[in-house]
Amino acid sequence: MWHSIVLVKQVPDTANISGKVMKEDGTVNRAKLPAIFNHEDKVALELALRLKDTYGGKVTAITMGPQRASDILRECLYMGADQVFLISDRKFAGADTLATSYVLSEAIKKIGEFHFVFAGRQAIDGDTAQVGPQTAEKLGIPQITYAEEILDLSDSKITVKRKIDGGQEILQSQIPVLITVIKDAVTPRPFSAKRVMAYKGAKALPDLEKMVEGNSLLYMDKLLEEYKERNLFIPTLTTDDLDVEVERCGLSGSPTKVHNVESVVLASGSHKKIEPNKDGLTQLIVELMNDHIIG
Amino acid sequence: MPNYFLDNQDIQFHFNNFDLREIVEIQEHEYTEAQHYPHAPINYEDAMENYKKVLEVVGDIAGNGIAERSSGVDEEGAHFSDGKVQYASGTMKNLEELSKADLMGMILPRKYGGLNFPFCVYITAIEVVSRADASLMNIFGLQDIADTIRKFGNDELKQEFLPRFSTGEHTGAMALTEPDAGSDLQAVKLTAYQNEKGEWFLRGVKRFITNGNGDVLVVLARSESGSKDARGLSLFACYGDSTVVVRRIENKLGIHGSPTCELQFNDTPAKLVGDRRFGLIKYVLDLMYRARMGVSAQALGISQESYEQALKYAKEREQFGKAIYNIPVVTNMLMEMRTTLESNRTLLYSTAKYVDLKENYEELIARLKKEGKPFSEVNDKLKRVTKIANLLTPMTKYVLTESANKIAYDALQIHGGTGYMKEFKVERLVRDARITNIYEGTSQLQVVAASGGVINDVLSEYFNECEKKDYPAGLQRLANFLKEIRGLFNDSLKYVLDKKDSTFQEVASKDLVELYSYVYTGYLLLNEALKDQRKVFIANRFIVNAISNARKNAESIKDELFNDLLHAEKILV
Repeated sequence: MWHSIVLVKQVPDTANISGKVMKEDGTVNRAKLPAIFNHEDKVALELALRLKDTYGGKVTAITMGPQRASDILRECLYMGADQVFLISDRKFAGADTLATSYVLSEAIKKIGEFHFVFAGRQAIDGDTAQVGPQTAEKLGIPQITYAEEILDLSDSKITVKRKIDGGQEILQSQIPVLITVIKDAVTPRPFSAKRVMAYKGAKALPDLEKMVEGNSLLYMDKLLEEYKERNLFIPTLTTDDLDVEVERCGLSGSPTKVHNVESVVLASGSHKKIEPNKDGLTQLIVELMNDHIIG
Repeated sequence: MPNYFLDNQDIQFHFNNFDLREIVEIQEHEYTEAQHYPHAPINYEDAMENYKKVLEVVGDIAGNGIAERSSGVDEEGAHFSDGKVQYASGTMKNLEELSKADLMGMILPRKYGGLNFPFCVYITAIEVVSRADASLMNIFGLQDIADTIRKFGNDELKQEFLPRFSTGEHTGAMALTEPDAGSDLQAVKLTAYQNEKGEWFLRGVKRFITNGNGDVLVVLARSESGSKDARGLSLFACYGDSTVVVRRIENKLGIHGSPTCELQFNDTPAKLVGDRRFGLIKYVLDLMYRARMGVSAQALGISQESYEQALKYAKEREQFGKAIYNIPVVTNMLMEMRTTLESNRTLLYSTAKYVDLKENYEELIARLKKEGKPFSEVNDKLKRVTKIANLLTPMTKYVLTESANKIAYDALQIHGGTGYMKEFKVERLVRDARITNIYEGTSQLQVVAASGGVINDVLSEYFNECEKKDYPAGLQRLANFLKEIRGLFNDSLKYVLDKKDSTFQEVASKDLVELYSYVYTGYLLLNEALKDQRKVFIANRFIVNAISNARKNAESIKDELFNDLLHAEKILV
């Protein structure tokens, strides 16, 4: 049975940034931003679901993040994911792409046998496009980035169309493989009303912890049992569940340091007219070489 | 990312104040289905949460998908070639999304794949969808066709047809109208006959059939040969197979996405729905409640979008150095539109609740009968709500569809010359609104249908209760106005009845129905004003406006405006 694991991420809604959410140092105050499902990850999930619709199998969605990241896991269930996992631990906080892909790859290994890992090309907050490829490296499997269509799937090979500069490329890969997906590949399906009603109350471990914190009448073990029984528990993986070296996770495992954030406003300054003839062109080339832009 | 459910402050107000407990408790019958269906609610609160979440899905699809495709749908329209009807590509996409989202069987029972939602929630969904694309309502909003099979068909019929309605695989059509039987359905001629095995076949022509290309057709046909009136008509279900020929589709002013077909039935195999002879007098009349409510919700959706477009344009458009929004005449028009919009929504939901109660009491009585339990108490309740639903349904359709035209008209006016151009959405809204006060019974027929209840003053109990209430000082003035309108109504009614002139009464009915609607809607708004400070403004404008209209209505009766009907021939040269 084909098994796809989809990497999803909750991101700040950067399309709706207002004055209030920018801190004085130019960084984003995430707590004040509405958090949304990273669109390309949703497209990746759709592609995985379509693969399942055509060839059968199951789809698992996973995300690494804090308690509220369980929002998007519920959305994955609404769309049709068969199971979801939240990877959540204070020790995972502050991770860059290296630490993130390390934890994700360990989580994938833990979840079990898989044939495909799908991910969005990149997330709209960091825009690095690194987590997918790095995860493939750590899992030791091939990767196809910028995918837009699955053309064929046979017992041992998958054929994928990917976007490249100025055209498309058709690649065939062995299985398992990691595939990152671009936003125009497919339109994500709407939530299914029945699944929304069935899974609206699904909760991950940190959700339940929060409920217990706010209510002295609730007990964790009982609550957990109840949610498991009602099939509404979102399995949650912490450092205890994964074979990870803690120093490679979170902030300690992240060599990337943000030195400075600048708000760059691109505006045109003075301009110079260059005649469209040989002299003008020569003058332009010389100038660009002097500025070390070319040459 | 507009969500047409979440971004509508007034729908939110109503939803948060909905008290559907009685309806839901009957409909969910002790919440036993939760054991078999993970999507069934475990209690009332859970059910309400379900409705809210699902309406959010509807709002998302409407605001982000359907609305974006609506201009394309209008432009392309449904088309007809080689005897086949093809939806506009946007309509196909809309239906695909709604089906995938499990929204095509909202009011059908779960065992047939439906969501088992109350009618009120379905009505909200129709409004939200219609705001995005009114023409889509004529497919999405036909779910009560399946519901008619559910209510009156036998188990075999339900098993055969309903599941595929729920999945969206099948769309339906209600084939009633014929070239010579429009408002007067008793004149239906299409013949239903039986072969020696007792199987039914249909032969004849239907016209102006909304979505007549649908996969399943519910057809009103004359099953009793030689009969001439309503009692010779029965209801049938059949497939839109090769024996049903679409002869043409109409080229319409609006709702281009909805194909309106002329159908020829050539010995089409059909199945009887319910009992013979009850087709029109029972089943179609029953369906009409819900169909009229559907069109009212469609009209409200168009009104909402017209208002949105006008407001947006008025804020953007600058003339004389300021946004026209700030020009008092324009501001006043917008406020008028907004008040009508909200008073209409109040009326719609109130009526929907009565229709819902009626449906549920009927179900409950059937259940109690089956269990051999007493049901007389529920029966009394049913009688009461049926009377009220009988009045409110046509009254609501009359008020909402007429004002949808007015709101769309004003929205175009606010756009000025620009609004007359195809580039702006508002001209489509004007065209789409125009059918709502014609089909499913014209406004004139709604007045006739409502006048019985008005003459019998079926809401008097409710009015008496309201009159006894102590309203806070600020609202007392409005309460006094409503008392005055009620007085005007009573005087006018007495005047009309005393006159004993049926022609005069027929024409004056419109004024009487309007007077009655002011009192009812006025009290609903006044009671909302007790819950929400902002609603005081809406109640105020509505009621102050109503008193001046009411005086006019009453005066045209008392001054015998309609006496000159006797001289019609001399005037109408």
